[in-house]
Amino acid sequence: MAEILKRNKALAVNPLKASQPVGASLAFLGINKAIPMLHGSQGCTAFGKVYFVRHFREPIPLQTTAMDQVSTVMNADENVIEGLRAVCEKSKPAMIGLPTTGLSETQGTDIKRLVKDFYTKYPEYAHVAVVPVNTPDFTGCLESGYALAVKATLETVLAKNGPLPGGEGTNVGSNVGRRKKQVNVLAGSFLTPGDVEHIKELIEAFGLRPLVLPDIGDSLDGHLTEMESLPLTVGGTPVSDIASMGESIATLVLGNSLFDAADFLKAQTQVPDYRFDCLMGLEAVDSFVSALADISGKPVPEKIERQRAQLQDAMVDAHFMLGFARVAVAADADLLYGMSRLVTEMGCEVVAAVAPARAHILESVLAEQVGIGDLEDLENSARSRGAQLVISNSHAVETARRLGVPLLRAGFPQYDLLGGYQRLWVGYRGTRQSLFDLANLLVEHGYIEPEPYVSIYAQRTGNAEHFPHPDPPQEGEGANARSNFERVSRATPASGQTH
Amino acid sequence: MQAKDIAELLNEPACAHNKKEKSGCARPKPGATAGGCSFDGAQIALLPIADVAHIVHGPIACAGSSWDNRGTRSSGPTLYRIGMTTDLTEQDVIMGRGEKRLFHAIKQAVDSYSPKAVFVYNTCVPALTGDDIGAVCKAAAEKTGVPVVPVDCAGFYGTKNLGNRIAGEAMFKYVVGTGEPLPVPDELQRPGITVHDVNLIGEYNIAGEFWNVAPLFDELGLRILCTLSGDARFHEVQTMHRAEASMVVCAKALLNIARKLQTDHKVPFFEGSFYGVTDTSNAFRDFAKLLNDPSLTERTEAMIAREEAKINAELEPWRERLRGKRVLLYTGGVKSWSIVSALQDLGMEVVATGTSKSTEEDKARIREIMGEKTKMITDGSPKALLGVVKEYEADILIAGGRNMYTALKARIPFLDINQEREFGYEGYSGMVELARQLALTIQSPVWPGVRKPAPWAKSSLPGIELGA
Repeated sequence: MAEILKRNKALAVNPLKASQPVGASLAFLGINKAIPMLHGSQGCTAFGKVYFVRHFREPIPLQTTAMDQVSTVMNADENVIEGLRAVCEKSKPAMIGLPTTGLSETQGTDIKRLVKDFYTKYPEYAHVAVVPVNTPDFTGCLESGYALAVKATLETVLAKNGPLPGGEGTNVGSNVGRRKKQVNVLAGSFLTPGDVEHIKELIEAFGLRPLVLPDIGDSLDGHLTEMESLPLTVGGTPVSDIASMGESIATLVLGNSLFDAADFLKAQTQVPDYRFDCLMGLEAVDSFVSALADISGKPVPEKIERQRAQLQDAMVDAHFMLGFARVAVAADADLLYGMSRLVTEMGCEVVAAVAPARAHILESVLAEQVGIGDLEDLENSARSRGAQLVISNSHAVETARRLGVPLLRAGFPQYDLLGGYQRLWVGYRGTRQSLFDLANLLVEHGYIEPEPYVSIYAQRTGNAEHFPHPDPPQEGEGANARSNFERVSRATPASGQTH
Repeated sequence: MQAKDIAELLNEPACAHNKKEKSGCARPKPGATAGGCSFDGAQIALLPIADVAHIVHGPIACAGSSWDNRGTRSSGPTLYRIGMTTDLTEQDVIMGRGEKRLFHAIKQAVDSYSPKAVFVYNTCVPALTGDDIGAVCKAAAEKTGVPVVPVDCAGFYGTKNLGNRIAGEAMFKYVVGTGEPLPVPDELQRPGITVHDVNLIGEYNIAGEFWNVAPLFDELGLRILCTLSGDARFHEVQTMHRAEASMVVCAKALLNIARKLQTDHKVPFFEGSFYGVTDTSNAFRDFAKLLNDPSLTERTEAMIAREEAKINAELEPWRERLRGKRVLLYTGGVKSWSIVSALQDLGMEVVATGTSKSTEEDKARIREIMGEKTKMITDGSPKALLGVVKEYEADILIAGGRNMYTALKARIPFLDINQEREFGYEGYSGMVELARQLALTIQSPVWPGVRKPAPWAKSSLPGIELGA
């Protein structure tokens, strides 16, 4: 069990953390015809918007209640109610996500009451699902905000019916399995659109119909559409589908951070669930695929068996490069845990692990210690423990450069990489690609070879400049080389040519 | 090259294999042969000479699929890593323009890269069409003022081993003895230490591994006139005849040049290796013995005692991981010796070894070192190797790169011991790297993962079940 090191400094340097409202927005962006509206000042939304636009390279629908000085001091209730009305009127959304921010939480907003007030005042918009969620910036991180939004969505859409009669554990009045092929998927924030797509393919391969919440694989996968511009999400989980989650035969919960939301879904619907902390690495994917075979009652398709065998082959090929490799990872908890499992399964050692905020899963991370902190913490502990590779987001480019080691970009944000948002990490296929990439980074960066040594007696002249040299020695040949007898060897290079 | 020249190269009196009824190396058997040709062997032997332009005279097949794929390292020039070939076309062959193209190619290489020398490797097609590369090289040398050395090594002349010898022969004929070493500068003289000049032959500095050993030569006052050919320079090869002793490192491939240095220039030689603690120490002892310098012997022993104590301490944690692990060693050649001693230094048990290229004396030595129980393998086919792994419950297969996927596909840990490998194992500190790589693969968590059947599978355990 990993020891959790609390944050122990006043200044966060090179922050790793993205805020809860940003995470909540991401969850809402995975719902069809939706738009998140942050209850806060304009900046809360503007920064979040840029963050996602740069990461996904997509237009991102995001609105704000635009709290100003007066509304902050006096009362911002009108901002919320009128903001909701404006969005409903202008964009006709199926859902509006309404995360709070540090500003509105500190002010003391009662966001749930405001939504009720809105419906009372504007009954004509009763068909629009408004999902309020408390996501102050000063706790948690992107992952926890995302999880809260998923839970809030379930609460809002499913609670209309109220809990089933008979209470937990009984099936009286339950609709479980009415849709014989429908499987709920609660998809964690560590999954990319590419991951979600692949997960759907895996589920479909068993003849099942996946109902993914939230489905950023459908909304943020980067596709051109007929509609040239739309103020809402294009694609994602239809709100009507969410209402039918109680009729599915099973729920797959992907990511420890969503277990709380899953508890609610289960209590509310009685649909049995299968929970997974991670979908990277042979063992994790094996249990996922087993669950699908279990749920569908069908044998594992040959295509998936083949992918498994391909992964095994890659594991064997890559173990030479990855064995004993010292890896540093900084990411939100679920991703950090998944990465630690993936690389440990290959014989790597996670020598530095940093998460931006506490989470249950952190204790299970396969590292001696997990720091709650920033990229400076990662850098320091990676340096002192001799890490050879960093796994983190694009902010870690400089970290890795200063450490002199390669970086594998993972998590949010990835603003300097095309297609990072779409990359497949999970399943046998995704795992295989990750192993190749990790191994290639280590190879490209060079094994630790003996340093060049030039004998003190070497009769060599500075002849390296006679032809194009990728890295020309500065003064005479072997200027960069080590020598046991450095003092004498400097004087050595003889001038004589022997032919 | 004429038949009698080839026959002469095949007859290597200094080679132990020569004593058997068949003279020299066996001819390849069509349909049942693995391994390279003479061109391959010659190129491999000489390519590490770093400041030379290596031009392959032939169509693209020869250089195209072989350039820049060796792990040999240079501490200075990187010219040797630039692939050069005349890339002969159909027109060149039909119209007989090969020689002309070669001449211009040499000139272009000299103009663009100012090499210290140019080596021209002949290949099958120009050898068949009768290009006189010797004459072209001579003319080009006169024209450019740079030494141009023909290496007549067409693939059909024979095996890779023959190619090694052709390379040695070319060096001896055209390069060795054409330059003189400078005297050791006064500021490098240390009191009580006489500097001796030595050669290393057949040392390729794979993955920079010789740099583990080189500082010890400096410490003892042994000046390496030339390493043939790892991290070597052209002018160093020119001075090899002035050495007081040569060491043939770990392979018989370039034995001919050592023998000729002995007969023509009175440079004595011994065969040794830098793999394993024992062999590394013995190599230095043998130098001291050949050089017959009591001070050197004394300093050598002190250095050995110091280095062995140091490395033993460093190896201790690895020995704990590796002790008692069972090894199947299949190198098929002479290298087995050094590796066996290295593995035994680590407390591992070699349960079987390849002897297909070993002589009777080699086999006797195998019994002496490893005991009577050791299985000797003559059949190196994948199926046979895997059978032995299973039968002898080996924990790891150590072999050349081409057997790597035999092992991996059967889910068996593997260590690559050939030229293409990525890690250097020479010298005292190289042992730590060897131990690390052994532990890395033997103890990798991927093996249980890939041997375990899928959770939904009912039977059919894949792969071979191995001893603990």
